[in-house]
Amino acid sequence: MQLIECPYCGPREEVEFHYGGQAGVAYPADPAALTDEEWGRFVFVRANPKGRFEERWSHAAGCRRWFTAVRDTATYRFSR
Amino acid sequence: MAENLPEHPDFLWRTPEPRRSYDVVVVGGGGHGLATAHYLAKNHGITNVAVLEKGWLAGGNMARNTTLIRSNYLWDESAAIYEHALKLWEGLEEDLGYPILFSQRGVLNLAHTEQDVRDSVRRVEANRLNGIDAEWLSPDEVAKICPIVNVSGDIRYPVHGATYQPRAGIAKHDYVAWGFARRADEAGIDLIQDCEVVGFETDGDLVTRVRTTRGDIACGTVALCAAGHTSVLLDMLGVPAPLQSHPLQALVSELLEPVHPTIVMSNAVHVYVSQAHKGELVMGAGVDSYNGYGQRGAFHIIERQMAAAVELFPMFARAHLLRTWGGIVDVTPDASPIVGHTPYANVYLNSGWGTGGFKATPGIGWCLADTVAHGRPHPYVAPFALDRFTTGALVDEHGAAAVAH
Amino acid sequence: MTRVDGYGRVDRTRTLRFTFDGVSYTGHPGDTLASALLAHGVRTIARSVKQDRPRGVTAVWSEDPTGLVQVEEPFPEPMLLATTIELVDGLVASSIGGRGRLAEVPDTARYDRRYAHCETLVVGAGPAGLLAARTAARRGDRVVLVDDRPAAGGSLTGTERICGRDALDFVADTLAELRAHPDVRILLRTTAFGHYDDGFVLALERRTDHLAPAPQGLSRQRVWRIRAGHVVVATGAHERPIVVADNDRPGIMLAASARDLLHRYGVLAGRRVVVFTSDDAAYDAAADLAGAGAEVTLLDPRPVRGDSRSGDYRRSRGLVLGTGAGPDGAISHVFTDQGELPCDLLLLSGGWNPTSHLFSHVRGALRYDAELGAFRPGEALAGVTVVGAANGTFDLAGCLAEGRGETPEPLPRTNLVLWRTDGDPARQYVDLQRDSTVADIARATGAGLRSVEHVKRYTTIGTAHDQGKTSGVLASAITAELLGVPIESLGTTTFRPPYTPIAFAALAGRERGQLFDPVRTTALHAWHVARGAVFEDVGQWKRARYYPLPGEAGGTEDMDTAVLRECAAVRRDVGILDGSTLGKIEVRGPDAGAFLDMIYTNLMSSLRPGRVRYGVMCGLDGMVIDDGTVLRLDDEGFLVYTTTGGAAPILDHMEEWLQTEWPHLRVTLTSVTEQWATFPVVGPRSRDVVGALAPHVDVSAAAFPFMTWQDTEVDGVPVRLARISFSGELAWEVSVDGWHAPALWRRLIALGEPYGITPYGTETMHVLRAEKGYPIIGQDTDGTVSPQDLGMSWAVSTKKVDFIGKRSFARAENRNPLRKQLVGLLPLDPTVKLPEGSQIIEQTAELPPPPVPMLGHVTSSYRSAALGRTFALALVKGGHARIGERLTVPVGGDLVPVEVTGSVLVDPEGTRRDG
Repeated sequence: MQLIECPYCGPREEVEFHYGGQAGVAYPADPAALTDEEWGRFVFVRANPKGRFEERWSHAAGCRRWFTAVRDTATYRFSR
Repeated sequence: MAENLPEHPDFLWRTPEPRRSYDVVVVGGGGHGLATAHYLAKNHGITNVAVLEKGWLAGGNMARNTTLIRSNYLWDESAAIYEHALKLWEGLEEDLGYPILFSQRGVLNLAHTEQDVRDSVRRVEANRLNGIDAEWLSPDEVAKICPIVNVSGDIRYPVHGATYQPRAGIAKHDYVAWGFARRADEAGIDLIQDCEVVGFETDGDLVTRVRTTRGDIACGTVALCAAGHTSVLLDMLGVPAPLQSHPLQALVSELLEPVHPTIVMSNAVHVYVSQAHKGELVMGAGVDSYNGYGQRGAFHIIERQMAAAVELFPMFARAHLLRTWGGIVDVTPDASPIVGHTPYANVYLNSGWGTGGFKATPGIGWCLADTVAHGRPHPYVAPFALDRFTTGALVDEHGAAAVAH
Repeated sequence: MTRVDGYGRVDRTRTLRFTFDGVSYTGHPGDTLASALLAHGVRTIARSVKQDRPRGVTAVWSEDPTGLVQVEEPFPEPMLLATTIELVDGLVASSIGGRGRLAEVPDTARYDRRYAHCETLVVGAGPAGLLAARTAARRGDRVVLVDDRPAAGGSLTGTERICGRDALDFVADTLAELRAHPDVRILLRTTAFGHYDDGFVLALERRTDHLAPAPQGLSRQRVWRIRAGHVVVATGAHERPIVVADNDRPGIMLAASARDLLHRYGVLAGRRVVVFTSDDAAYDAAADLAGAGAEVTLLDPRPVRGDSRSGDYRRSRGLVLGTGAGPDGAISHVFTDQGELPCDLLLLSGGWNPTSHLFSHVRGALRYDAELGAFRPGEALAGVTVVGAANGTFDLAGCLAEGRGETPEPLPRTNLVLWRTDGDPARQYVDLQRDSTVADIARATGAGLRSVEHVKRYTTIGTAHDQGKTSGVLASAITAELLGVPIESLGTTTFRPPYTPIAFAALAGRERGQLFDPVRTTALHAWHVARGAVFEDVGQWKRARYYPLPGEAGGTEDMDTAVLRECAAVRRDVGILDGSTLGKIEVRGPDAGAFLDMIYTNLMSSLRPGRVRYGVMCGLDGMVIDDGTVLRLDDEGFLVYTTTGGAAPILDHMEEWLQTEWPHLRVTLTSVTEQWATFPVVGPRSRDVVGALAPHVDVSAAAFPFMTWQDTEVDGVPVRLARISFSGELAWEVSVDGWHAPALWRRLIALGEPYGITPYGTETMHVLRAEKGYPIIGQDTDGTVSPQDLGMSWAVSTKKVDFIGKRSFARAENRNPLRKQLVGLLPLDPTVKLPEGSQIIEQTAELPPPPVPMLGHVTSSYRSAALGRTFALALVKGGHARIGERLTVPVGGDLVPVEVTGSVLVDPEGTRRDG
C-alpha cells in the first residue's frame, strides 16, 4: 500500500484515493462532428502503457480533488 | 480425502533455438498461446509454428489464476464460447494425455440482495435456454451442497440463495499448460522461452517479421496471446484498443483436510474460494483499481478478502494465509474479450479476458487456431470483435451477470 | 528426560501439563511444544504428507520444515509448528500428516488492527537490530522494534560477550534503555510478515496464546500496520542443511537449532551426536553439546584448521553420506565416507541463507554470493537498510557494527559451499515437508525444465508452510548443478508475503458480522423496528421493506399480503414512506444550470425556482446511470435527487466532470443526503394530511401544482414540501432535517390517523411505481439500457447541443430497432406472478431444444391490488413494436403465456395525480 502525494493534502494512504486512468483526454469540442469510430475511441480507448503514465487520481476520501500524477505502471512508483 | 498430485510425465518439451521463419508466430506462451498451438497442430495440421514467451512458459496468469472453470455467463455470445470451452475441458485429460485434475465439483454464485436474486434468476434462466446446466438454489439447498457456508441470517449480507452450475469445476493450472505444451512440442511446434517481442516489421497492412530479444523471426501469421501485456504489443503496432491492465491478486492457505466440496463465489461479499486437490484453500481477491504491470497488488485487498472469507465461512477463521501473489489482467469496458481481426491482415488479436481467461483456455485455443487457419473469425469469437466499440454492440457481462472471475 | 541442569532459560520452578497424541507430559514456562516434547525424548511428532514417513523437529523456529502439529485445545488450529507454540497449561495437540483440520465450532477470539507511524522500524531484535534501534532512538527517532520471538536477543545463546559483558545482559540493558524512550515501541511475539511500498510493513502480534487462560477482552492477535520512514531489516539468517540420503528422519536437525534448544530451553536433543558441517558456526554447536554431556563427533569435508572453536568433541575430515533408523523411524546411525557411526542426533550445517524476505517483498534484488553459497541483498533500496546476518554478515562484531550504521571489515570466508553428498537421489530430501527429493529435481530437469519456477511447480519444492526457507536455495543450487549452469543464472523463486502463515481471522480483524460493512440507518430506524418492519439491504442502508401486521392465524402477514394491503391503502387513502435514503446533492453557483444541462439528458437550466423536474442521466456510452427529480431552489441553486444507490457514485460522477472537464464552470457540489430526511405522503387523502401539517400552506391543486415545491415551518422547524409522485397518486414529499425527522414523522402519522395513513415500505413503493411504468434504475436497467429503450425519449432534449451520452445515441447499435425496450407483461393467467429475472421467448407451446433464442427478461413483477391481478415489467427485443403480441416465459417446467402491453398499467391518463 503506497503513500500517494495529494497536491492539496500531502502524502496519504492509497486507500483514500480513487483511480481515474489516463490523464489529458479532453472531451471533444464537438462530439457530433466525430465519426462513430472517433467517438468510440474517445469513449472507450485509453492508453495502457507499461512504464511512465500520466494519470488521474482523486483524493476521494480526503479533499475530493482530482489531480494528475505521473506513475510508473511497472514499478508503481510515482514521480515526485 | 485430499490427495497427492499425480506425477508429471518424464518429458515435457524441448528447448529449441528459434528458427528464422515460421508460418505462424504465437506471441505469448501462456495457456491461450499454448492451447492455440496445440489446436493449430491437431485440428489444422499447422505445425510450422513458434510460440514466443518472454519469461518461462505459462508463467504469467496461467500460473497465477485460481483455476475456476464455469460457463454460466449471461449473454448468448459469452455462453457460447465458455460452454464450448467447458465441453473441451470435459475431454481434455484424454486429449492431452495428461492428468489435469479437472474436477467438476460445481460452482455456487451466492446472492445477497434482492437485486442479486433477480440477476441470478435471469442468468440461470438464460443458461438453461442456452443448454447450460444451471439451477437456482434456496439458502437451505445451498447449505446442502456446501455445508460450511454460513446461510444464517446473522451475517451482514445474508445469503438469499445461489445459482449452481454442477458441471463447473477446477483443474490444476500448471498441468493444463504443460499438457498443451507437451502436445504442441510433440507436434514439432517450437516453444521458445526467454524470447521477448520488442517490435514488428510491417509492409503495408502485413506484419512481415517479429523482432525479439532472440533475433528477428519472419512470420506468415501472428496471433497475439499476451494477456496483460497485449497493450504493449499493440502499441508497437500502433493499434489502439480499449484494454487496461490491472493487478489481480490471489492467495492460498496451507494444506487442510477436505472441508469445501464445491466452489463458492460471492460478488456482493466479494470472495471466491475452492479447495484444491491437495487440500489448500485457493482464493481470489478483487482487481486493484489502478493500471499495473507489477504482478503484485496492495495488501488491503487481501485483508478485505479474508474478512469476506471468514464472514461466509466461519470455520476458515484459523486457516492460514500461506502465500499471496498477483497477475496482470487486461480488462475491457464491457468485461468481455476482444478477439479477431486487427488492422493488420495477418495479425489476430486475443485479449481482454480479464479475470475469465483460464476457464476459456481450450475454447479460445480452439477458436483462435480455427481463426488463424481460415483467415476469418470463428463464429464463437465473431461477436467479440474490436469494432463493437464503434457500433456500440457491447457484450456487457458486468451489468447483469455481475460475476467476476 | 533430556533436560540438562544449568542450561536454558525456562522456569523450571513451575510445571505445566500438556497432552500430545493422547499422552500427558510436563514442561515449563518458556518452553515451546517442541522443546517440551524433545525434553521427554519425543522425537517423532508428525508424518510426511506424501510418503507417510516419520518427521521430527528439524529447526528450532519458524523455518522448521517438518514439525507441524494440530492444536486441539484451548482452540483447534491446524498446521502450527511445534517450535513456535509457546507451552501453556492444558495445551492439547496432536501429530498430523501434512494436512490440518479446521475447527467445527466458531472461533470466538477477537482480532484487531492498529496503526503505528515511526521514523525507524527495526525488524529483528537480535544484536544488529537492537543496536539499530538504539542508534535510532538516541537520534530522537520514533522507533518501532518488532521481533517474532518471545524474547529479544535473536540468535544469541548467552555464551557470547558484547562490550565485555554477558551478551544477554547487554540485551536486557539495551531493551531497558529503549523502553525508557517515550517514542520507542517494542513489540515482541510480533512477526513482520509483509513489506510494501513507502515503508509500509504489516506485522502480526500474538497477544494471548502464551497466556493460559487467555484473558478476556484482549484481542488474540493484532495486525500492526506500520508506516515507517526507514525500515531496518535485521531478520538474521536461516541455517542451510547439507542434503544427504535419508536426511528426513527424526533426530536430524540444523546445528544451530540444537544449540538453541540447549541454551534457550536446556534441552539436549541427543546424547550421541554427529555434526556434519562445511561451515565454522556448527563448531559452536559441537562444542556446546559436548560441554553439556553429549558425545559429539564432527565431520567436516574441509581440511582441519586450527582456528575454529575447540571443545570436547572428536573432529575429522569426512562426509556424511546417509542415515539409518531404528525401529521408531528415528535416526540410529549415519553412514560416512569412513564407515558407520551410531548416533541419536545428526546435526547438519551447510552455511547460512540471509533472511532477506522483507527486502525482496519490495522488489529488492538479491545477488548470489558464491563464497557464501547464498543469495544476499544486492543494490540498496531507498528507505531500506539490511543489517547483520540478513545482510550476509554473520559474525557478531560485524552485526553490531552494521547495527550501529557502520560498515564492518569483511572477515575472510572459511566455509565450503556444499549442497549435497553422494547418495541415492531418490532418498535425498530437499523439501522435507513436500517429500521432494533430488531425484524429483532430476526428473524435472530431465523433462526439459530450465526455470526454477518450473522446477518448483514440477516438484512442489518450496510450496509448503515454510515457503522454502531451508529448501529454496538448495533447490536452485541442485537444479543448477544438474543443468550445468551457474546458480546465479537461475536465481530463486520469488519471496512473497506473508513471511510466515497468518490466520485468516487475524487479517479479517474486526470486519466481521455487522462490522463487515457499515450499516446505514435513517433517522426513523427505531420507529421502523418498533413497528415490526422487515428490512432489506439497499447498498449499506437498511430500508423498511414492508410492515407486516399480525395475521389472522396468530403469526404475521406474509410479504404478499402486507404489500397488497399497503398498496391498496395508498391508492385508496394515504400512505407514508421513509424515503430518506435517496441521494441528495445541492448544486450551486452561477453556472449550475449549464452544468446540469450537460449532466442530464433533458434541459434543467430552464427550470424556474419553485419548480421540480424529473431527469435522466447517462454515461458517455449513452446508457442510463441514474434518474430522479431536480428542485430549483433559486437562481443559482438546484437540489438533485439521485437513487439511493446513486448517491455517492453520482456525486463522484459530477465532481469528476466538473473538476476535470469543466473547471471553468462556477459550480459547487454538496452532498446533503444525510441532512434531509424525506417522507413521501402519498394517496388521495395526502392533501388532508399535509394540509393539517402545514395549515399556512394552500395545498389546493391550483395553489400548489404538481412538480412544484414550497418551504414552510412546522412549530418553527423548517419543512420543505414538494409535489412529486412516484406512484401516480396525489403526493407530497415532506423533507426536514434529520434531527427533527422522528418528530415530524410521528406528527404525520398522528395527523394521518383519521384518514387511515399506512406506513409502507420499499416493496409497496416498487409496486406502485411499476403500475405506472416508472423504471427503477439498476432493476429495470442493467447498464445496457438507453433512455429511448425505457420509452423516455421525452426526457431527452433535442434542443441541447450536447450532454453526456448524446453522441452515443447516434451509433448504429443505438438505432437498432431490435434493441431491448421496456414494456409491460400481463400473464394470461392473472394469478401467475412471473419470477423476476425470468427469460422471455417467442410464443410456443413446447420448449424447443437449446439454444432457444431469448427476447429479453422480466425486470419487475408484482401482484397489483389496483389491477386485481399480476403484472410485470420487462425488457424485450423490439418491445415497443410488440405491444399486443403474445410471448412465452419459461418458469420452472412450465411455459407461461403472457401478453405484451405498454408499461403504464394504472391510470394511464394521469387523472389521479391532482387528487
